[in-house]
Order: sequence, then C-alpha cells, then structure tokens
Amino acid sequence: MTPRTSTRKQNKWPIRKAPLAVISFFLLLWLAGNATGEPARVLEQAIRVCLSCIGIG
Amino acid sequence: METVRKWVQLFMGFLMNGSWSFPFTRSIYQGPLKVICAPGLNCYSCPAATTYCPMGSIQQLLSGLRFALENSQFYFGLSVVGAIGVLGGLFGRMICGWACPFGFIQELLYKIPSKKFRIPRILSYGKFMFLIMFVIVLPLVVVDDFGAGQPWYCKFVCPAGTLEAGIPMLLMQPNLRATVGLLFFNKFVIMITFLGWSVFSSRPFCRTACPLGAFYALFSKVRLIKLHLDEAKCTNCKACHLVCPMEVKFNESPDDYECISCLACMNKACKFDAITLEIGGIPLETPGKRLPSPSKIA
Repeated sequence: MTPRTSTRKQNKWPIRKAPLAVISFFLLLWLAGNATGEPARVLEQAIRVCLSCIGIG
Repeated sequence: METVRKWVQLFMGFLMNGSWSFPFTRSIYQGPLKVICAPGLNCYSCPAATTYCPMGSIQQLLSGLRFALENSQFYFGLSVVGAIGVLGGLFGRMICGWACPFGFIQELLYKIPSKKFRIPRILSYGKFMFLIMFVIVLPLVVVDDFGAGQPWYCKFVCPAGTLEAGIPMLLMQPNLRATVGLLFFNKFVIMITFLGWSVFSSRPFCRTACPLGAFYALFSKVRLIKLHLDEAKCTNCKACHLVCPMEVKFNESPDDYECISCLACMNKACKFDAITLEIGGIPLETPGKRLPSPSKIA
C-alpha cells in the first residue's frame, strides 16, 4: 500500500497555495468594502466627468 | 498566439469602452456598469468607458476620506483594492499584456519602424513611486482648507486620461475649451512624451510610470497564472532575452515583476520547451509543446 500512495503523490503536480490565500484575502477586502456601501460612492464618482482627472479643472 | 493576444487586447479595449452613444449624448456613459472595475488603466471620464478606473477611484476615495469619515462613511477604497487585488492574485501583470488598452496603444506605436532603444532598469522603480506618492500619500495628506485632497496622479500625470478623456471631451464640449490652461498643457506634454517614446522603446509608460502596473507587479511571485521555467531544460541560450517586450531576462528571473506574460518567450524564443504556462502549479499544455515531468517542476 505504501509505495502505491507515494507513487500517486509523485505524479500529482505541486499545487501552489499562496495565490489562493492572496485571492481570498482580497476577496474579503472587496466584500468588506461592499458592506460599507463603497460601490455606490464609486459609481457616483465614475458617472461624473472628472475635470481634474482629465487635466482641465 | 501573438495574434490571439492582439485580438484579446482589442476585445478587452472594446469591453471597457463599449458605450458608443457619446457622439449623440456628448457626454460620458452613466449607466450601472460603471460600478465594475476596469482591469487595465482606462480613464472613467473617457466618453466610451463602461467601467471605472481603479487608480482614479482610489485617489478620489482617499482625497475625500476626511469628509467621508466625518459622515461616518468608511470609504477607505477597500472594494477597489479588493477588486484589483483579486485580479492581481489571478493574473498579476498578465493584465498589462492582455487587457490594458493603453498598453495596447503603446504596442501598436512600437510597431512603427524606427531605431529602438532599451529602457534602463532603474527607471522601472518610478512606477512604484507614482503608486505610493501620487495615488496614495499625496491625495490623502495634501488637503485644502476644507480638508479635501486631489487626485494627484490623474490631475498631473496620467497620459491615458489625457488621451482617452481629456482630448475627446474638449472636442465634444466646446464650453470646456475655455478652461484649458497650464494644467492641461502639462498633461498634454506628458502624453506626447510617452506616446513618442513608445515608438522608440517598448511600453515605456507601463515600465516607468504606471501605478496600476506597479500594483499588479506586487503579485509577480504569488499570482495564480504565470510562466514557469524548467531549469533542467534551460540551456541558457538567452533567446528569451531577445524577444521580451519588457526586457526581462526570463531564465535568470522567472518571477520578474516586469513580466506581463505575453508568452513571447515561450512561443517565439524557447526551442527546448523550458518555459510553460502554469495555473496554480499545474502546467497548461499548449499546441506543439510537451509537458515537463512533475519532478522537474517540483
């Protein structure tokens, strides 16, 4: 039994877990931001012409 | 693969700039899609923009943070940082190579026949300075008498904003032309400098001054999708150095923060199958390439 298990383990690609942790962390940040109602504020800003953003105002 | 990438860039450009009613409305798109974060640098004051620019939004939120906190609104930019953080964790700077409209424009300009010049590596640190100072610190710290900051990067630097929003808006709204002054002239010169530089050097803005590229660069070692070097197969022929648009020496630095995963090294240069695209450690099999053995990857 033991050799078979180790062979199976050798054939598996080593999965990198760090990206999943990073993505989960930022997903939580995104959810926290959404919970505070931030997207409404972002939308409010994004639908107006930002004169200073385009170098006019 | 290069053709596929060009089509993806074009498609993403249209996706982020898909509102074509502006010749009639003479204003920007104001629909609900603007709550979606653009993966690349794409000014949300562009008349055709359907999404918001993450860098612009962060600056706006930080510059108004004092007002927000006074009203018990905790707008620290978490949703924006979260959105680009998820994208960074998935793709990193692959977004620069595949989904950024301004990167695409620079690539097209680089195709103009001319003498080409390298960009000194030290200039690549400039984008981190812009991210830290112009996007975060200055909008937050430098405030007027009323406690309001300014979007420093958008206002004083961003050439994408000038090209995609400033010029079109001036063309569409004649009443804005009276407000053009030194500020616009400064941004116009910066835009012309970067566009002109793009003819002679590959992606100069992405490499020296893009704060979004700097943010995605932070994920170079931990992003889910990235290129992998099989050191056992690499012969150190340095062919990958010659084709990289970001001048990355891939075999010496496989997780380089400048790598935009355009796949040129994998498809155009490496004849020894030493470079593979992997997702979370699992290599993808691309046509004409054999996968390395798992032990080599480990």
